[in-house]
Order: sequence, then structure tokens, then C-alpha cells
Amino acid sequence: MEETITKAAPILTAKDFATDQEVRWCPGCGDYSILAQVQKVMPTIGVPRENIVIVSGIGCSSRFPYYMNTYGMHSIHGRATAIASGLKASRPDLSVWIVTGDGDSLSIGGNHTIHLLRRNFDVNVLLFNNQIYGLTKGQYSPTSEEQKVTKSSPLGSLDHPFNPLALAMGADATFIGRSMDRDPKHLQQLLTRSHQHKGASFLEIYQNCNIFNDGAFEVFTEKSSKADEALFLEQGKPLIFGAQQQKGIKLDGLKPVVVELGDGVSADDLWIHDEKDFYKAQILIRMFDDPRIEGHFPRPFGVFYETERACYEDMMQLQMDEAISLKGAGDLDKLLRGKEVWEIA
Amino acid sequence: MNRNETVLSDVVIKFAGDSGDGMQLTGQQFTNNTALLGIDLATFPDFPAEIRAPQGTLPGVSGFQIHFSSDKVYTPGDLCDVLVAMNAAALKVNLKSLKQGGKIIVNIDGFDAKNLRLANYAEGVNPLEDGSLDNYHVTKIDVTKLTREALKEFPELGMKEKDRAKNMFVLGFIYWMYNRDLENTIEFLEEKFGKKEVILQSNIKVLKAGYNYGDTTEAFATRYRVEKAKLPAGTYRSIMGNQALALGLIAASQKSKLPLFLGTYPITPASDILHELSRYKTFGIRTFQAEDEIAGITSAIGASYGGSLGVTTTSGPGMALKAEAMGLAVMLEIPLLIVNVQRGGPSTGLPTKTEQSDLLQAYYGRNGECPMPVISASTPSDCFDAVYEAVRISVQHMTPVILLSDGYIANGAEPWKFPTSEDLESIEVKFKTELGEGEDKFMPYLRDEKLVRPWVVPGTAGLEHRIGGIEKQNITGNVSYDPENHQLMVKLRQEKVDKIAQYIPEQKIDMGEEKGKVLVLGWGSTYGAIKSAVLELRSHGHSVSHAHLRYLRPFPRNLGEILKNFDHVLIPEINNGQLIKIIRDQFLVDAKGYNKIMGVPITKTELVDAIKKMF
Repeated sequence: MEETITKAAPILTAKDFATDQEVRWCPGCGDYSILAQVQKVMPTIGVPRENIVIVSGIGCSSRFPYYMNTYGMHSIHGRATAIASGLKASRPDLSVWIVTGDGDSLSIGGNHTIHLLRRNFDVNVLLFNNQIYGLTKGQYSPTSEEQKVTKSSPLGSLDHPFNPLALAMGADATFIGRSMDRDPKHLQQLLTRSHQHKGASFLEIYQNCNIFNDGAFEVFTEKSSKADEALFLEQGKPLIFGAQQQKGIKLDGLKPVVVELGDGVSADDLWIHDEKDFYKAQILIRMFDDPRIEGHFPRPFGVFYETERACYEDMMQLQMDEAISLKGAGDLDKLLRGKEVWEIA
Repeated sequence: MNRNETVLSDVVIKFAGDSGDGMQLTGQQFTNNTALLGIDLATFPDFPAEIRAPQGTLPGVSGFQIHFSSDKVYTPGDLCDVLVAMNAAALKVNLKSLKQGGKIIVNIDGFDAKNLRLANYAEGVNPLEDGSLDNYHVTKIDVTKLTREALKEFPELGMKEKDRAKNMFVLGFIYWMYNRDLENTIEFLEEKFGKKEVILQSNIKVLKAGYNYGDTTEAFATRYRVEKAKLPAGTYRSIMGNQALALGLIAASQKSKLPLFLGTYPITPASDILHELSRYKTFGIRTFQAEDEIAGITSAIGASYGGSLGVTTTSGPGMALKAEAMGLAVMLEIPLLIVNVQRGGPSTGLPTKTEQSDLLQAYYGRNGECPMPVISASTPSDCFDAVYEAVRISVQHMTPVILLSDGYIANGAEPWKFPTSEDLESIEVKFKTELGEGEDKFMPYLRDEKLVRPWVVPGTAGLEHRIGGIEKQNITGNVSYDPENHQLMVKLRQEKVDKIAQYIPEQKIDMGEEKGKVLVLGWGSTYGAIKSAVLELRSHGHSVSHAHLRYLRPFPRNLGEILKNFDHVLIPEINNGQLIKIIRDQFLVDAKGYNKIMGVPITKTELVDAIKKMF
């Protein structure tokens, strides 16, 4: 019957998620592509625009909320994860996205990042990793490679870099993925997967800073080298890479080995990717060689690991619900009166 | 036995022992017992920062002072009438605070050679035997031995476990001395040890043994009684400052209909607020023990942004760490309550001792021009009213607010004529939920007559917007680096806070004339000491008045007038002179300070002397 047709929610497009604010990243910055992919994915995830909140810290990437027509907060350096924790704990109904950079989430805000992950709030962390401090004009970051010459390390950086995904694994993250700015389709897929995951999603996105660290990821993103240097993970599929899909990864005990397919080695002999495998995820995450080293492993992209664990905000709600069902809703007068009183006439 | 009973109007007892001797518990039990009789009281727990400092040593002494009276009590008392010393160190540390001719009750087992040595008495010197206590009434009891004897029929208890009940013997003895009933302590023990029958029974046994010891020995020819105090009629309970603060937060949450979210990190002396609130989940309270101080406040900011009553609690060092986030809350212009239970500083300072030395930090301790309202609590029960008012200002003026308490009132107790929920004024909060007439776009920084911007929470369709810590354009809230706009916004944020003075009560004179020679102006926990000192001087005919500030920023609108009405202004503070700087700055008044920075409250006697010098 016609009367029963309810007014459908308006169908939104990427445009509806853009704001009237001028985007102020440097021309050619990888952030543009990430913004475009997020704006494309948002209309597809089935969450009303008013229920989406993007929280960011400080850094180039953290300008992100201003360009998204959702609720948003551009906060202070390193604390987006902690702000999002309080927001999600008190408002489990919201879809909370954290946009952060390698300095923001791994240096000044490293502490909050690991605690957010272990508590497993159902939020999405988008870590824009460009391996440099862009907004402060070019100092090395906690993900910069050793010996990197920057403004603050004229003789080369002495810092050993973080492997962000290994850190996330160590903090018991329940969803760990990696993607890149230059592969829109892959990034859209991973953004969607991040959203779908119930729990804290940690998605590292390789992002090119064309001003201070141009080409940091070009071996993974450029056509000429991508096939050989990047390994795209697919659930249930063997680990195969190379321009002719001729190479694969095999497990020799606990050790991954690169093998050539053919000549007695078939896809069946290879490591079959399983996102649920806690132990293999740790080996996969450790495939983090410097691409300058001969005989290195390709860098994996995709979902490394996903598991289920109760979310903090749900358990918090549960404790309250249980307390209320056991004792009834709090009675303010009883509380103020306390246990022992006396009368003065 | 036929003994006299003497009625006293006013008694101060100090329980002192090793930090493992259970003196805090003994003091609290005696406090509850006293309170239930309708006697007025104030307490002052004084304990070391170490959980168990080396046994028997001077730094390991833990004390609990209670002042109780049939008259109104304002302070825990300057000097004690009775000192209970469980060991030599406790005597040595506390003797100076005992009145000449006062009573000392000692556990002689705590005065053996080892304890005397640990208390730094010279070789061969025992104060119990060398005549040095001749000016006092000393009652020597072998508490350890008598406790063990009382527990002979508990073979399942080891010696250590038996000795742990020593404090019950002392408590029982004091109950006998002051003619008390054991009932409330027995009930307390039943609740605490309900499931451990042996421990429960042994504690009750020792408590009664202490009581009976008083009854059967010739220790005292007289028992004492303090009558009910002449307090205003009503129903009372006993309350400690941190507890009152927690209850005030719950009440404010209920009366504003905003769910309470506490983001915090444990720190002395504020942690009890977290402990207390974490028990009240039935009030829809969320307590979040964050990974650090910064996450404590920023998670509370996140919750406020989502429409909760966001609160963070801490002490000085935590305030320092939270400073940047407070600045964010000032820029965002969202409600947030920051509670600082002050302690001795700087740095780690004196974690378990009291001080009022974070006032300038609360006023100025942030980068940029960053004004925030500052409210203070003056007594344990006043923490309830102060925090309730702080919440009201925060949510109705869209601003973070700092509430200053301190270790003294946080842990001190007093009788409280508690309100009913009906007595409490409701706290109106308005969320903006849709565009108003004639509005075609939401303007997050459009202000009302109070200069307050609208509170819109995520989930509100059609009002999606972005806020942040970067300077924003007036009205639109868009990022703006425009020079004129920045000046305008700095002035607006200041004016918004200044305007709060129109929405708070005028300053009242707590006691004395509106005009006169000397005004003693205080804030926070010095209330009781100032009140009793001024009371005493006035009874001797001095022209002295007392005004006590709850609102430290902005000041009440008539404060300048009040200051002008006195020839002299004295500002006592437990710091090196902080309020005095602000008063001089804002009102150009030649105020004088009285400053004590020893980690302990100012006493009435000291203050009486200081005020006299003003005449």
C-alpha cells in the first residue's frame, strides 16, 4: 500500500561530505587522495552523517575534520585518541574516526594510541604515515628510516623507526591493516573494512609528503616497482607478488621465504593468508625490511589481522545496566542521606 | 566501681602510631561514634606519603586528630587534650601539640629499646621513665600484651594477626573514657569482616577488652561526657571532603540531567573521588581510569563534546600536565570541570600534606590568554555546594571551570546537614537541536546575552560543524588567522568569564561589621581557622570582620566595595602569598598576608596573634 511507504533517508554522495572550507594542503599532497576516498566511502557505510565524528590531533593530516561535513574536532597534539576514547565511552552510538599522523599518534601521542587499542573502543584509527614532520617543516619522525638526513638530523637520524603495525599488535589491536594514498580502490576497501570491524581498527596509510619526504613510498606505489615491492593480502589466498605473479612467500617453519613459482613450486605450497591467525600475523607484520636492502621481502598491504574482543564502551554500559537491574536506578535522596544519620531537634 | 562523670564542652584527641597501627581507622570510628551522638566535630588526618614507612621511625608516624564539642566546631583544634601514642616515635612527633597538663595514653610495648632507638632517643633515655613527662597525666598500658591475652582463645591466629587488633583495644579504652557505646564499631566490623568470622570475633573481643580494661582498672577516676551540640535543627550525617565532592557531582548530574563522565588518573589526595564515584554506576556514572593525567582530561573533553558532564580530578602535578587540554576546552567553549585537590608542591612536593599553592596556577597556568572561572571549597561539607555551583557555571556558561579543594578538607570530616534532592535547585541545560527561525546555516560561535555559544552534540542532524583549538572566526567558528579577529576573540573569551560575575551572588561578610578596622579575607580551607580566630577576637571587643571567597574568578561584583570599607585587609593563606597578589593587582589594596607553608593548616592561635598585629 502506498501509505506505508516511509520517507527514505536521502541518498548522499561524496559531495555531501565536503565542506565549504578551502582545502589547504600543499598541491600534490597525498592527503588529497585520502580525503577523496574517505568522502567516497562515507555515503556507503550506512551511518547518518550526523552520527559520524572525526577527531584529529595536530599535524598536516589533522586538518582533515575541517574538510569533512560531519561532526569534527581538531584537537591538540597527540590527544585525538584520548578524546575519542571519552567520546566513544559516553556515546557508543556514534561512528568515531580518528585521523592522525606518525608524529601525532606514535611520538607525542604514543601512549594514548596503545591504550586505545588495548581497551578496544569501537573506533577507527587512520594513521597517515609520511615518515616525516611536515607541519613543522621537515624533521625526522618516529617512522623515518635510520640515517635519514633532515633539518634536525643533518648527519643522519640516530632513531630506530617504529614498525607501527607491530606496535599495534603488541598493544593487542583487534584490526590491523595497511594501505596507501596512491591506490584509491585498495584504500576504499580498507576504509570500509575498518568501519565494518567491531572494535578498534588500526589502519596505517602510506601518504606521500611531496615537499619534505617526496617519494618515501614510491617503490610501493609506482607502476614500475609496485608489483615487485608490494604484496597485496587477500583472505584465503596465497601470498603471491611480482610483475608476472611469479613470486610467492612460503613458510619454512617460522621463517618466511621468497620463492619463485614454477619448477616444482605451486601456489598450493605458499603461505595462505588468514587474517584470523594471531601467530602468522606477527610474522607478516615483521616483513618490514628496508627496500634498499638486497633480498628484502615485499611490503604487505591489506588486512593483516582481525579478531573479536569485547569493546570497552559496551562493557562499561553492561556494568551500569547490571548494577541498575540488581539494585534499581540510583536514588539521590538515599545517597545523600548515607548510612548513619542523627537528628538535632 | 563508683566513678565520677565530668561533662566537658570541648575535647581534642590525637591518635598517633606507626603507619601500620591502624590509627586512621581508629580515628574514623571514633569520629562516626561522636557524630552519631550529635556532637559537633572536625577532624584532621595526617599521614606519611609512604604506605608503610620503616616501622617505628619518626617519618612513619601516622596521626588522626579529632576536635569534638557541644559548641560549634570550626577546626580540628590547635593543641590536643589527649594524645594516644602507640610507640615512642608517635610520642616524640606529637608531644609538642599536646597541651600542658594534657593526658597521654601510651602503649608501653612501643617504648622498648628498639622503638626508642628508632625514635632517635639517646641511648638509655626513656621518656616514660626519665621524668620528662611529669607535667602530663600519663597512662601506661601494655596494649600489645593485653591484646594478645584477650585473644588467647584464638589459637588459629598468628602473633602478627593478633597484634593487628591493638588499635581496637585503644579504641575500646577511649570509648570507655568518653562514655560511649560500642555499637557502631561492632556494626562496622561486621560489615568489614562479615565473611571472616575469626577476624570479626577477635576484633570485637579486643574492642570489648579495651572497654572493660577502662572499667575494671583504676586508670581513671573520672569518665567524661561531651553533650550534643547546639546545631541548627535537622538531620545530620558525617561527611569527608572528597566524599562530599563526589556526592555533589552525582547530585549535579541528576539535577542537570547530564550523564556524568569522570576521566581521571589516580593521584593523592584526589583518588578518593574516583573510588567513590566508581561505586555509583546505578546513577549512570561512567568512571574512566585513564592512562595518564592528559588522557584523564582529554577523555572528559570528549565526553563533554558528546553531551555528558565531563569531569576530571587531580592534584597539582596533574594540573600541570592538563594545562594544554584546559586551553583546548577554553577554545572549544564547552563545559568541563577540573577538580584540583591541592597538596604541597612544587613537583612531587608533599603528596599527603595540605597547601593552597595552586591558585596562581589555576588563574594563569596556561599558554595564551586563557581565562577560566575558579571556585573554591572551604570545609569538608562545603565541597558539595562548591562543586554543585562549579557545574552550574560550567554548563550554563559553556566554559571549563576549576574547582580548588585541598588535602586538609578532602580528608577531614564534619557533621553535615545534608539537603534533600528537592532542596537542590535544578541546573537548566539547553542543547541546540535545530536551526532557529531565519537561520540558514548553523553558526557555532554565535553568542547569547551571556556571550555563551550554543551547545550542539553530535547526532544532531543539520547542525554538523567542526570545532578545534586553532583560533576561529567570530560567529562562524571557521579557522581564522586574521589579526583583528584574534584580538576580538581574546577579548570575547575574557568578557564571557568576567560576565559570570553577574550570575553569581554578591560577596557576604561571614562575621562582623560591613565596615571596620580589619577585614580578614580568606579562601578555601582556612575558613575554620579564620572563623574561630575572628570569633575569639570579637569576643574580646576587637573590630574585625571575616569574608570568605567561594568565587575566585571572577570575583563577586561587590568585592572591591567591601575591601574599601576596612582600614586593613589581612589575607591568610597556606602558600607564599597568592590570593594577595591578585587582590592587590585587581583592587590596588594594600593587603597584608599571613602565610604558613608547612603542609599543615593554620591554627587559630597563630591567626589570633597575626590579626592582633593589624591593630
